[in-house]
Amino acid sequence: MQAELLLRLSRATLLALALVGVALVVPAVQAAGEATPVVDDPVLEARVMDLSYKLRCLVCQNESIAESRAPLALDLRNQVREQFAAGKSEKEVIDFLVARYGDFVLYTPPFKATTVLLWIGPGLLLIAGAGWLLLRLRIRAREQGPHLTDAERARARALLEGAPADSEEQHS
Amino acid sequence: MKAKFLVPLVLFLALAGFLGYGLTLNPSVVPSPLVDKPAPDFRLAKLETPEEQFGIADMRGQVWLLNVWASWCVSCRQEHPILVELNRGGVIPVIGLNYKDERKDALGYLRDHGNPYVVTVADPDGRVGIDYGVYGTPETFLIDREGVIRYKHIGPITRDTVKNVLLPRIAELSRAG
Repeated sequence: MQAELLLRLSRATLLALALVGVALVVPAVQAAGEATPVVDDPVLEARVMDLSYKLRCLVCQNESIAESRAPLALDLRNQVREQFAAGKSEKEVIDFLVARYGDFVLYTPPFKATTVLLWIGPGLLLIAGAGWLLLRLRIRAREQGPHLTDAERARARALLEGAPADSEEQHS
Repeated sequence: MKAKFLVPLVLFLALAGFLGYGLTLNPSVVPSPLVDKPAPDFRLAKLETPEEQFGIADMRGQVWLLNVWASWCVSCRQEHPILVELNRGGVIPVIGLNYKDERKDALGYLRDHGNPYVVTVADPDGRVGIDYGVYGTPETFLIDREGVIRYKHIGPITRDTVKNVLLPRIAELSRAG
């Protein structure tokens, strides 16, 4: 009985392993079927991809043109590749794209009048928050405890020591 | 300060106001840096007669629209009747930029839906599209007599757009100069 069970278990394990193996292999096979661009120059390709990760795809907006499968992203990657191949610098390629699509293509927006708040806003908020906290702490430190008359102090002491409260308690 | 308890309420209302305003914005509309810049030059083959070429210079001295379209573009179909109407009214010449399309499909589309374009040029690989910062069809550029882009409309043109946005601008540009 037990041997049979063991056999079954090991068979199931084998099957599971086989399935995992297939699952791992299949995507690789599929990927191989897709038209991967012929990389003549790995150095150039690395530069293209490096810059592409910094550029936003305007169709999907939350993906870079390196990751996006939108046709426009493909076209823009080709543009970047072509211009690099033509010997243009990264700055020139960025300027080319910004002139056409605006600063929005850049994941890191430039520092200028319209983006000042974007860049220094978080810092300002931090400073404002820290300042407010400091102010509050100072005020609290300056405030002494509630001002008590001698009679009240004596009563408080008596209460703390467990003595029965006197008749003055009625007014509360 | 007695009204201190109102501070969080006021902050909340301010935040809600900002978020509410944000809801009215369309994130897919990205302002174009090309507005008020000279329209990028191109020289492309005409769609109907590929042996002829057409360029920006051919429109100098006229106020015109450049409409980027494609037969595969669904929202282009939505604005197409309005372009046909615009053409029939003779308000403004519309030049079509057939973006990343097959010639056969584009011609079939114009045959089936009517041709609102004075001239259509073909941009099969989308290069001129990139020069114009096109990221989604349809897009429409209003270009003045000096060849400067004065307005860019992203997405399908509606009757409302024509009446409230395009016509006043066209009238103004036609008056000037």
